[in-house]
Amino acid sequence: MDINNEMIDKLADLAKLEFTAEEKEKLKGDLSKITGFIEKLNELNTDHVEPLIFMTNEVNVLRADEVHHPITKEEALKNAPAKDSDYFHVPKFIEK
Amino acid sequence: MSIDYNKYEAVIGLEVHAQMLNKSKAFCSDAVEYGASPNTLVSPISLGHPGTLPVHNKEAVKNAVKLGIACGCDIAEHNYYARKNYFYADLPKGYQISQHNTPICENGHIDIKLKDGSKKRVGLIRIHMEEDTGKSMHDQDVFDTLIDYNRAGTALIEMVSHPEMHTGEEAYQFLTEVRKLVRYLGICDGNMEEGSMRCDANVSVRLHGAQEFGVKVEVKNMNSIRNVQRAIDHEIKRQIEAIENGEKIYQETRTFEATKGITIVMRTKEGASDYRYFPEPDLPPLRITQHFIDEVKHLMPQLPKALFAKFTNEYGLSEYDAGVLTESREVAEYFEAILQHTNNTKAAANWVMVQVKGYLNENAIDINDFVLKPAQIAEIILLIDEGKISNSVATQNVFGELINQPEKTALQIAEALNLIQESNSDELQQWIDAAVAKFPEKVIEYKGGKVSLVGLFMGEVMKLSKGKADPKVASQMVKDTLDRA
Repeated sequence: MDINNEMIDKLADLAKLEFTAEEKEKLKGDLSKITGFIEKLNELNTDHVEPLIFMTNEVNVLRADEVHHPITKEEALKNAPAKDSDYFHVPKFIEK
Repeated sequence: MSIDYNKYEAVIGLEVHAQMLNKSKAFCSDAVEYGASPNTLVSPISLGHPGTLPVHNKEAVKNAVKLGIACGCDIAEHNYYARKNYFYADLPKGYQISQHNTPICENGHIDIKLKDGSKKRVGLIRIHMEEDTGKSMHDQDVFDTLIDYNRAGTALIEMVSHPEMHTGEEAYQFLTEVRKLVRYLGICDGNMEEGSMRCDANVSVRLHGAQEFGVKVEVKNMNSIRNVQRAIDHEIKRQIEAIENGEKIYQETRTFEATKGITIVMRTKEGASDYRYFPEPDLPPLRITQHFIDEVKHLMPQLPKALFAKFTNEYGLSEYDAGVLTESREVAEYFEAILQHTNNTKAAANWVMVQVKGYLNENAIDINDFVLKPAQIAEIILLIDEGKISNSVATQNVFGELINQPEKTALQIAEALNLIQESNSDELQQWIDAAVAKFPEKVIEYKGGKVSLVGLFMGEVMKLSKGKADPKVASQMVKDTLDRA
């Protein structure tokens, strides 16, 4: 697949990331390699092959409506890069 | 230039999100609780940590099936989950687990009644299961947005109507019916103020008779059913005025400002959103069997529509009375419980609608917390029917006093307050004779043909008996006495 600037910009927008022109060039190369690797699969004829979504044949794996709390608030917040004693902090994104 | 608003037809479709009243979340066992201390109802699954595995809550599936049955939907046998990908801080996984291609319910309808008495059936496109996001707080900190993930992962149902409504009132009635239904089913508390039920409205306008839809605007953030109606009515007017003024309608999302009663732009849609849906590989498919559907059906209470039909057909109540009595499941059940003890359906209906509901409204009490048992209301009705107490004494004295002393019977209260009507004819005759003796000239007038004077004598009898004379028996006796005089 030909990775162009437009695609890079769209992916960047969806991921809320910003890249310099230099980084974009590098990404173009990397993404071309990745998609090229996946495109190898197109060589196979899959016309009559059902897509495989699940690794098992299980259906209806359901649980009872019961409450368990495996972690505390302190543990929940432990790995957050920005926080106070109650909340996760993220950059302000006002969209009222 | 004046605008002819009637030239235009509005087209409205609603999306309703209902938070399920389960104990735990959709895909993990965190508790579901409104107003809990922030970030205490979370787990590695709801926080989207790597390596965790969601498992679907069986009750959430049952709830969706219940609503589907109640709305006459087709229930899908094969269900798959999908990931709806978007990047937002209140969505820790970076995707929402939803149903994309296989909604659990399709088709179906909601029947509504409008103020002018007309009825309308609004079709449903789908009902599907998904999960809620966390909550963002933008104004509690100067520099950062704060996130509380307690709500993240709570089971939601999304109901999407066909764009078949044309006025704010129709939307209002649609939501009222949906709220009634989810409350009857016990699957959602339907509280729009707290956000456990939310509604987005898609509104467009076009000239009457036009084939094509106008440009669709999505209106959000209405925290009551009344505000949904206000927002839609305002939005219709705004769009018509814009078109008449030669302006363009943009496909955008607008938010409702309740204090001003207007909608304002929230975000413009630049092309379709790209959610990159793909099958959720962590959740095995869900197969809804007929056996499962039958099981769920068995758990369902009587629905308002069926109760309405029963109340009007079997009990002979008016449509108005049946409507009031089926507004909530609790009231309908209370009414039906009274009928276990009395056959006087009309009196039971009146007592529930006037006395009981009046008392509950005045004192802001929920019917579940009402101290009087349905059997006690039935007993009051029986006392009236037997002529032991008058209707006015029952409503003005016995009912209130019984609420103060709910452990007593209505008869005990009436006796203690000396309110038992006298229908003993010896006793009554004494009062009647006294009344007749008091107004000899009126007796002559009565004899002369002024029969309306019976009322005067009855008034005197009631006065002498301190309201205890049984009016039915007494008035006949007054007439007999006067005729003999």
